[in-house]
Amino acid sequence: MSTETAQVAEVKKPEEALLSKRRKKLVTDPLIDDNPITIQVLGICSALAVTTQLQPTLVMAISVIFVIVMANLTISLLRNTIPTRVRIIVQLAVVATLVTLVNEFLKAFAFDMYKELSVFVGLIITNCIVMGRLEAFALGNKPYDSILDGFGSALGYAWIILAVAFFRELLGSGSLFGVPIYDAISGLFGEDFNLATNGLMVSPVGAFIILGLIIWVQRTKTGYVEH
Amino acid sequence: MELFNLAIKSIFIENMVFAYFLGMCSFLAVSKKVSTALGLGAAVIFVLTVTVPTNWLLNEFILKEGGLSWLGESFATIDLSFLRFIMFIAIIAAMVQLVEMVVEKFAPALYGALGIFLPLIAVNCAILGGSLFMATRDYTLAEATVYGFGSGTGFFLAIIALAAIREKLKYSNVPNGLKGLGITMLLTGLMGIAFMSFMGIDL
Repeated sequence: MSTETAQVAEVKKPEEALLSKRRKKLVTDPLIDDNPITIQVLGICSALAVTTQLQPTLVMAISVIFVIVMANLTISLLRNTIPTRVRIIVQLAVVATLVTLVNEFLKAFAFDMYKELSVFVGLIITNCIVMGRLEAFALGNKPYDSILDGFGSALGYAWIILAVAFFRELLGSGSLFGVPIYDAISGLFGEDFNLATNGLMVSPVGAFIILGLIIWVQRTKTGYVEH
Repeated sequence: MELFNLAIKSIFIENMVFAYFLGMCSFLAVSKKVSTALGLGAAVIFVLTVTVPTNWLLNEFILKEGGLSWLGESFATIDLSFLRFIMFIAIIAAMVQLVEMVVEKFAPALYGALGIFLPLIAVNCAILGGSLFMATRDYTLAEATVYGFGSGTGFFLAIIALAAIREKLKYSNVPNGLKGLGITMLLTGLMGIAFMSFMGIDL
């Protein structure tokens, strides 16, 4: 997919609209058809551990969007000055610096969240989506396109982990964003109507199974078959 | 005995893959054949056993608050722990480069089989995760070494078990949308349930 977009980019038109069809495709493609998690199988590493609750997942998603967009922009600006031999180290240094920024920001302004996410913010460095986009897109494309591409991939990642977190928090803790949904429902129907939470969903196993099911639904819809 | 407990804990109870989801990318991508899974697993054990203690030394004597006090009184208050991410990943990248050269020289067949996944160990979350957990948990040097080796072994066991199941899975009729990644995620979930039984071990 990425090589295809890179080829399209070479056929330059003198003036391209700010949001031309091609550029819109850069953002919308990774949402469904070329989703980084469910189709490309990237970035599963640091994603699943934070999805027991919606709130940390949202923070994680925003952090990843920030890191991918900024890293794509930086590498794209530097793309003609980086020697190919040392590009991995340069990319890691750029990404690690951005992640350090996010980490220090969380430490200063949202300490509880910082404690809850613990090492998983640091693990954004090794999120394969970041490196994947830098290698496949930012190294060969202009800054503005790279921003759009990074934003699209990060959104594709964000909605999947938010979906996983939605089901895990609802079924595992009976709440959404910390608001107790199950209690409210049993309040409506009286004492006898009790919804039991499923402890399996809070454990790591729940994340694997929910993600497996989301992948199944998503691939059945898009008709993508892996061989 | 303490160290033995830590090893058991890091291999089975707090398994990198099943408890923390670390190293999922290569776990899913390289688990199609047992032979390649063996190679990657061994490489991960080696890299973790080397990088965790190395990063421990780096953290203890340079990055930690007061770590630089061996340089003199005036350095005792310096806290460089915000440089942790960059320094750890630099050490890991260098180590992986080293392992790659050694494997290329002494086991060319394995080098060919691992292909792109050897350099990608540098961005394997299990490796960086091992170092970061080590730093937050205040291990001693011996504990850090055992922890590195143990969590590598945990990854090794998990990836070989999954590869063995996937080799057999080739003969089953899986629904189209579930082929590949989908069924592998569900399998990992079921394996995770099996590993949950280790939580009953009282150390």
